[in-house]
Amino acid sequence: MADPEVVMFNFWASPFGTRVRIALAEKGIKYEYKEEDLKNKSPLVLQMNPVHQKVPVLTHNGKPVCESLVIVEYIDEVWKDKSPLLPSEPYQRAQSRFWADYVDKKFHEVARKVGTSKGEEQETAKKELFDCLKLLEAELGDKPHFGGDNIGFVDVALIPFYDWVYACEKCAHFNIETECPKFTAWAKRCMQNESVANSLPDQHKVYDLVMLTRKKYGLD
Amino acid sequence: MRVRIALAEKGIKYEYKDEDLRNKSPLLLQMNPVHKKIPVLIHNGKPICESLIAVQYIDEIWNDKAPLLPSDAYQRAHARFWADYVDKKLYDYGRKIWTTKGEEQEAAKKEFLDCLKVLEGELGDKLYFGGDNLGFVDVVLIPFYSWFSVYEALGNFSTEAESPKFIAWAKRCLEIESVAKSLPDQHKVHDFVMLMRKKFGLD
Repeated sequence: MADPEVVMFNFWASPFGTRVRIALAEKGIKYEYKEEDLKNKSPLVLQMNPVHQKVPVLTHNGKPVCESLVIVEYIDEVWKDKSPLLPSEPYQRAQSRFWADYVDKKFHEVARKVGTSKGEEQETAKKELFDCLKLLEAELGDKPHFGGDNIGFVDVALIPFYDWVYACEKCAHFNIETECPKFTAWAKRCMQNESVANSLPDQHKVYDLVMLTRKKYGLD
Repeated sequence: MRVRIALAEKGIKYEYKDEDLRNKSPLLLQMNPVHKKIPVLIHNGKPICESLIAVQYIDEIWNDKAPLLPSDAYQRAHARFWADYVDKKLYDYGRKIWTTKGEEQEAAKKEFLDCLKVLEGELGDKLYFGGDNLGFVDVVLIPFYSWFSVYEALGNFSTEAESPKFIAWAKRCLEIESVAKSLPDQHKVHDFVMLMRKKFGLD
């Protein structure tokens, strides 16, 4: 029985939305899910997020929370009795926020470029993508997850992009396991987590969407 | 500047090291190898990078004085959302005003002024974004005020005419000692920007 207090507005393929879905699942929160048509957003979403007019949006007792990392921190703070995502120690918390911010500022943009370009531009973006992944691999080190033994804030921020990496592999012709084996091993470990496995959209559906978009913009 | 205000609000004594952005020190590059940028806060030898993260860290460690983030989780999410808005929108459009010209600059000016109106809407009747006292969003936003004379000169507008509520809020912030002491002189910023614009052939 869904908790009517918690509603999530999302687009199925959004990696940002997937972050929120993983967080809600990790905390065992039942919620109402509303799929949005990005070309025809519902009046309710526009009312709940008038500033950016984007998804995901979480409403809790009717009050909206927007921006995926802000939402995930909110979920972690309100439902703090289960599966903590951010560390309790302030320095470790700052480090987690730093790396989640890195995923948003650098990794996301670069991955996007790989999927939405071709030729030389794509080759350059591809190289930047590997550099990003290697930096993330170094940060991961020998830990099973960025959060340590369990998935944490950075894992939740990053793992949704694994679907998109598959799409990038196909359109930019590389093999992520060969290029970044540690990253791939980490991703597979995350996928063994039930909240992650149940929240990530189908890789193939994401790939189809990317290819459709590429065709639409004359990239393929 | 955000970090300086936060440190001042908490009454923290610290060592300040100014960096030459064209010739960054080895220590800085070692402390922020990922972005190689300032500001970097070092606490007991451990670096904290990215201004919003550093301000939150300061607020959490020195939590006995001048709280910047609210204690309520929803209010905290709200404050983080608006700090993120300042970074994503206002900073970018402001930057475009002083690093472009012609049509591109005009477009940036329009977006910038729209942002100020959105922020005025969020401020409402409150003295500060944080309520009766300076809060997270105030600390995040007020440093841009040092750049306003530059934006106005280059964009040919008056913020006071366009967004009087915003200016009233800024003036209230400047009455606070930690803010007044932390912000650089508007004229120095203006001179610096004009120098950069000449260097990049924009003037």
